[in-house]
Amino acid sequence: MYVAVKGGETAIRNAHDLLADRRRGDRAVPDLTLAQIVEQLALSVDRVMTEGSLYDRELAALAIKQARGDLIEAIFLVRAYRTTLPRFGAGEPVDTGAMRIERRISATFKDLPGGQLLGPTFDYTHRLIDFALAAEGETAPPAERQPAGEETPRVTDLLAAEGLVETSLAAAPEAEPGDLTRAPLEFPADRDLRLQNLARGDEGFLLALGYSTQRGYARSHPFAGEIRFGEVEVEFFAEDLGFAVPLGRIAVTECQMINQFKGSAKVPPQFTRGYGLVFGQSERKAIAMALVDRALRWQELGEELTAPAQDEEFVLSHSDNVQATGFVEHLKLPHYVDFQSELELVRRMRREQAAARVEEPGEDAREAAE
Amino acid sequence: MSAGAYNFAYLDEQTKRMIRRAILKAIAIPGYQVPFASREMPMPYGWGTGGVQVTAAIIGPDDVLKVIDQGSDDTTNAVSIRGFFVKTSGVATTTRTDAATVIQTRHRIPETPLAAGQILVYQVPIPEPLRFLEPRETETRTMHALEEYGLMHVKLYEDIARHGHIATTYAYPVKVAGRYVMDPSPTPKFDNPKMHRSPALQLFGAGREKRIYAIPPHTDVVSLDFEDHPFSVQEFDAPCALCGAEGVFLDEVIVDDAGGRMFVCSDSDHCEERRAAGHEGTLAGAPAWSGAAAAAATEDAS
Repeated sequence: MYVAVKGGETAIRNAHDLLADRRRGDRAVPDLTLAQIVEQLALSVDRVMTEGSLYDRELAALAIKQARGDLIEAIFLVRAYRTTLPRFGAGEPVDTGAMRIERRISATFKDLPGGQLLGPTFDYTHRLIDFALAAEGETAPPAERQPAGEETPRVTDLLAAEGLVETSLAAAPEAEPGDLTRAPLEFPADRDLRLQNLARGDEGFLLALGYSTQRGYARSHPFAGEIRFGEVEVEFFAEDLGFAVPLGRIAVTECQMINQFKGSAKVPPQFTRGYGLVFGQSERKAIAMALVDRALRWQELGEELTAPAQDEEFVLSHSDNVQATGFVEHLKLPHYVDFQSELELVRRMRREQAAARVEEPGEDAREAAE
Repeated sequence: MSAGAYNFAYLDEQTKRMIRRAILKAIAIPGYQVPFASREMPMPYGWGTGGVQVTAAIIGPDDVLKVIDQGSDDTTNAVSIRGFFVKTSGVATTTRTDAATVIQTRHRIPETPLAAGQILVYQVPIPEPLRFLEPRETETRTMHALEEYGLMHVKLYEDIARHGHIATTYAYPVKVAGRYVMDPSPTPKFDNPKMHRSPALQLFGAGREKRIYAIPPHTDVVSLDFEDHPFSVQEFDAPCALCGAEGVFLDEVIVDDAGGRMFVCSDSDHCEERRAAGHEGTLAGAPAWSGAAAAAATEDAS
């Protein structure tokens, strides 16, 4: 007879040791370096930084290594670290119009100021396994040319000049952006908080919701007005100096979605927008985020609430994969006290039902007799 | 990273102040769910982050901490949380209910009655008692504000109509101080009466859902029921097989694959103290019970 009441402490210690061993794997294989992860698993690093909401490539790489490549676990590690960091203020809004562009495409105009720049993309690769990668061998450097130095204005700014697309509402001058990591999210939430939530949200969840809007659940007739990826300057307004000082550059992907809008009594027909912005090159996430952002604006645009992607409480309460994975996986914790309560009830109800059958033989008993 | 890099009990003092303010508000409005800016903790959501934040905000160097999960000090998650506080705060810990000043719990209230000056901190997964009747937070907050609890009574009534009795056995809703309907966390309803006019302070932390609520000492906590279907708790047919205790919550342990089972105290500390005092159940001599024997059994298995 074995009663599992003691030994938790030893079991946990041993489990951690075993985990460390399995993480390292075969010692004959060289240990993975952070530089290798940063350089060669860059898109994993981007995702961990985005959903971990902390821009630090090395730290994200370390988290990926520690998490054995489980990205949600890595995001969790980054988040738990981030929450201990002191805050000294909010940066100035980044100017994506002044981005040092590595990739920029528009699905709405064939050509436009600044041009289309494919950049590093999987888009037109044939998805054939490249067996040559398994062998050793160096990749040749790509062709290079000097940037033309042409301005690359955002497509939405070009359209806005004609009044064809809604202008982005300027925030009140002194308005501080909300921060859902410092104040509990309350509903209804303003767009700044919604966007913050979506930016931290799970890529898979947003992908599915964005996809659902394309399949008719709150269809919004989207066009990818522009997707751009590159580096932007981060600036911080220093009180002592009286002006904004640059802190450094970060890589971001921005998606400006342009959506149809019939207009209302007050507003003439014009295009509306959905917005996505993420760290690094995470186009799938940026596009999905823009679709969901647009769907969540139904009330402001006088549309009807018909689908999950529009439902603010549903979307914002379930987008965070650190929360979701914690609660889903907590089912692994013992629940035998609750289960015992249910067992007792089910047994009692079965007893009562059996007793009732004996007292007044019902259909079952008659059928059995026949 | 060394533990020395973190503040006492992990959270920084600003965060502790924010949580303490929420706790004070919760005590001032018994049973009301106070939103608070829950932090990401170094353990997963759903594994006690709310309780851990409440404990971290109230614990001091002189406190003595007890952590239980499912009534036991030795379940893995209780061990993990206790280890966390030992590492980050260095406070003394105990398994004895009467020796603790702060008790963090998941799913049980200790069998030993609590005393004035003690604080019981509950880990709460879903703080909203109306959540499974109305998924929307905007709606449930309005319902609480208007004291509109008809929906809950209808649910309990439907149980009676369908099953002959109320089919909620844990997380059984209570009314606190005659005002707010509150979720006692997934404790078995067996424990509900222990909350009523308890001399201890009871604090509830829900990390993922970002809510804190409280029952101040000596507050009325009444389980919802009907005059003709009064609230009742689970009764067990036999006493604890190890210590012979009656009127305590028992866990069912399957002992073989032929339907054999035994019932033992869910509160492992209560059970051990009774056995130390000479109480014996029918299977008290069972070989695998003692710590050493169980450890040996584990080794055999590995």
